[in-house]
Amino acid sequence: MSGIWGIVAAIGLGTMAIKAAGPVLLGSRPLPRRVKSVVALLAPALLAALVATATLGEGQSLVVDARVIGVGAAVAAIAVRAPTLAVVVVAAAAAALARLAGIG
Amino acid sequence: MTTGPDDATPIRFELRRGAVTALPLAVAVGLFGMSFGVLSATTGGMGALPAVVMSATTFAGSAQFAAASILAGGGQPIAAVAAALLLNARYLPIGISVARVLTGGPLRRFLKAQLVVDESWAIAARGGGEFVAGRLLGAGVVLWLSWVGGTVVGVIGGEALGDPTALGLDAAFPALFLALLASQLADRGAVSAALLGAGIAVVLTPFTPPGVPIIAASAAALIGLLDR
Repeated sequence: MSGIWGIVAAIGLGTMAIKAAGPVLLGSRPLPRRVKSVVALLAPALLAALVATATLGEGQSLVVDARVIGVGAAVAAIAVRAPTLAVVVVAAAAAALARLAGIG
Repeated sequence: MTTGPDDATPIRFELRRGAVTALPLAVAVGLFGMSFGVLSATTGGMGALPAVVMSATTFAGSAQFAAASILAGGGQPIAAVAAALLLNARYLPIGISVARVLTGGPLRRFLKAQLVVDESWAIAARGGGEFVAGRLLGAGVVLWLSWVGGTVVGVIGGEALGDPTALGLDAAFPALFLALLASQLADRGAVSAALLGAGIAVVLTPFTPPGVPIIAASAAALIGLLDR
């Protein structure tokens, strides 16, 4: 049981350090223009990667399952300018219904 | 202090706005926290108390699930640690993106940074690389409470709650990221970065350990060097 606490500490402290590195080390220092234009694109790049992996990823495989139907419903909701909350609820409901119908 | 265009908005308003936006996700996060608690307490990989402590300190779902499942499968401790930290390495670029708005001394910055998770960061994003700190912190507190609370309920006896995927909750996360991404696609650079980022993540998924594809996708932001 002592081994598990070492693992919990390593993951916890490591994650805290990773999360805090930018805010603590960089602080409010203004970034150079070129760095700024890269940082500005981090959000779309990482968000799109999260969409892709959260929709299709399962460990190291790519799978098409009910999540794809949920995300498809989300696309439709976004297209009609539904609020974010509605987009999330619609996606979960669509995926749940798809699973109920035996898809994915 | 560096001031942003939103500094006229009271911080309390932004905190509340972040918290309210995070509420529906908090339900999903809480249920996944429960399943993390159940997995940790029942599969013998981790145990109840370490699971709760990990949720409170690590506060990153995918990394915790990865570590718990590796340990439950009899994997090496070093493999569990490496997988979790690899999955969380994306918080390095994410932390850099919000560094400017998480103001205060080193300790305050350190503590505020712990409330950064994918969802709170995404809720705080206003496009063009701008972030609203109040929204991030409000959302982060709500999500932390539901994640840790969910884990506690899970380790105590959450098996009765069933499988969150049956409720489609695993589709709630990509849907949120997509909704927030849609609000970011203001110019061609952002669209190109998004397409490239998603492409990198998908192509790498079968060939690299989980976590690497998302980190590698941040390289797509380098196209920002091209045309500005």
